[in-house]
Amino acid sequence: MRAVFIAFVSIMLGIGAAAAADDGACAVAQNLVHADFALPQVETAIHEQHLEIAVVGSGSSSLAGPNGQSKAYPARLEAILSQQLPNVAVKVVAYIKPRQSAAEMVKEFDHILADTKPALVVWQTGTADAMRGVDPDEFGAALDEGVEVLRAKKADILFMNMQYSPRTESVIAAANYADVMRFVALQYEVLLFDRFAIMRHWSEMGTFDLFAATKNPATAEHVHDCLGRLLGDVILEAAKMVETAGKEVH
Amino acid sequence: MLRTLPQRPETKASVANIPVARDLRLDLFRGLALWLIFLDHIPSNIVSWVTLRNYGFSDATEIFVFISGYTAAFVYGRAMQERGIVVASARVLKRAWQVYVAHIFLFAVYMAEISYISTSFENPLYGEEMGIFDFLRQPDVALVEALLLKFKPANMDILPLYIILLAGFPPYIWLLLRGPTVALAASVTVYILSWQFDWNLPAYPSGQWSFNPFAWQLMFGFGAWCGLGGAERIGSFIRSRLAVALSVTYLLFSFAIVMTWYFPRYSHYVPQWLADWMYPIDKTDLDVLRFAHFLALATLTVRFIPRDWPSLKDKLFRPAILCGQHSLEIFCLGVFLAFAAHFVMVEVSDGVMMQVAVSLFGIAAMIATAALITWYKKIEGRSPGSRPPPPDADLAGGEA
Repeated sequence: MRAVFIAFVSIMLGIGAAAAADDGACAVAQNLVHADFALPQVETAIHEQHLEIAVVGSGSSSLAGPNGQSKAYPARLEAILSQQLPNVAVKVVAYIKPRQSAAEMVKEFDHILADTKPALVVWQTGTADAMRGVDPDEFGAALDEGVEVLRAKKADILFMNMQYSPRTESVIAAANYADVMRFVALQYEVLLFDRFAIMRHWSEMGTFDLFAATKNPATAEHVHDCLGRLLGDVILEAAKMVETAGKEVH
Repeated sequence: MLRTLPQRPETKASVANIPVARDLRLDLFRGLALWLIFLDHIPSNIVSWVTLRNYGFSDATEIFVFISGYTAAFVYGRAMQERGIVVASARVLKRAWQVYVAHIFLFAVYMAEISYISTSFENPLYGEEMGIFDFLRQPDVALVEALLLKFKPANMDILPLYIILLAGFPPYIWLLLRGPTVALAASVTVYILSWQFDWNLPAYPSGQWSFNPFAWQLMFGFGAWCGLGGAERIGSFIRSRLAVALSVTYLLFSFAIVMTWYFPRYSHYVPQWLADWMYPIDKTDLDVLRFAHFLALATLTVRFIPRDWPSLKDKLFRPAILCGQHSLEIFCLGVFLAFAAHFVMVEVSDGVMMQVAVSLFGIAAMIATAALITWYKKIEGRSPGSRPPPPDADLAGGEA
């Protein structure tokens, strides 16, 4: 399977992410997290000691329940980054609307960017579009438009694709939409956080039981914690790449 | 009744451009394509790493549709020449009806599986994804939309495509027998127009068909064109060194591009203008790059595996050939087995061992079923009082 193959090749080539997540469970998927492209705005923001990140997403970027908000990955990302960047004021704001398609999110961008000026927008999308069967062309066009809007506002972008959801895999045809995201990411050199591959790897390695029928939020919270950590790693790594990349070019 | 039909005269080479002997390569590659489609249909399956789509632009779907067009032209083209347009059209439409029935049968199996999977499942991680089962609250609408071929759940979209392609096939083959070049040009024109004007059929609950029939008819139509003598017409070019060199170059290019999907850090070696022109590589509308990739694969296949290649009779290839000779049945079984495999992985285990096990078991079941169907046909053909089976009927994937 793709994830295993990529992990294997990554190990062989020694191109795993540099930073190691603290949590052993999270680290299982470390090799699937690559800072493929730099995040210059984040780098600048870190220098200016004020880093603001917006997470725009649908239901899978949140957790239900009284502690849901503090346990979901956007809050975890804020905690991790604050810890790793002690001299920087880190703020992560989540703009979550369940079942929102990519095109609908793009319409929100202006509104979001009018109030705040995030250095980075983490754009989690794909699930709602796959569930609704939106034309993949239109999905791709929405991504194109979103990238252009965000770039015009001088925000870095990071795509996050769908969750690995084994129960619904034969019902939601996610692969096509994941491919479209990958194409747009390559075309615009946008960083893609492959949440699908990461979670599938966890499931295969037995790190997390994603099949369990349960009301207990413990596993879900642990998964989100790991997603936040890995996301934090890749953001920091990509910010560090800015200097290196600059040297390579000139 | 069919049984009382008089025996048809043995086919003579009255039709110069329709080859008489069965081309085992078609059965072989259709059988292999069926296996690959099955493997790709099992979600998150490690064994699907062997499948084509990980190494180039096109995948087994192109092979399946092309060979289906090729063999359909072969069978119904001859019927049209021998029995006329009415009989041939009636046979094509009967075939389309059989595929429709098969599709509805699979839909019933699918509904049973997901109804079971959706109940008694709760997980705080998947609140959003579980919303997909909302349509089960309106089974009446879902069923009617499925009967109208508008509601096609994941992995259930190839058969509806095949139904539409067969339904539109009689006029195409009529034209193909009179002016092959005109027919192919018509097919290309529809393809171009579908891109130009975004033609597609609507789907339920929203969106459009994930295999656009207006685009995919090109693959089917091209297959039919090749089946009725087109292959010979372009044969000298296909076997030329230039064609082989072009094909190899393109396959290597495609392989290199696909590798950058898995290792995005190397994507900056892909020039921006190329990326802008190339992406997205669209499966719904049969991207030209996918079509070209299939052509390159086909060119090399024809060049290096001759029609009378002795190994085609080898026992090693027998299982794939058997599956390819009963493609409708084996395709349906494959879709069903993919559901079953997913079900086992959800309910029992999704470990790597399980993935390998369900993949191998599935292919074994496909081979065994194909052997069983062959055996049935044989005993029915031998039983007293029955007519001999029509020659080469199951080239089109079963009864003509």
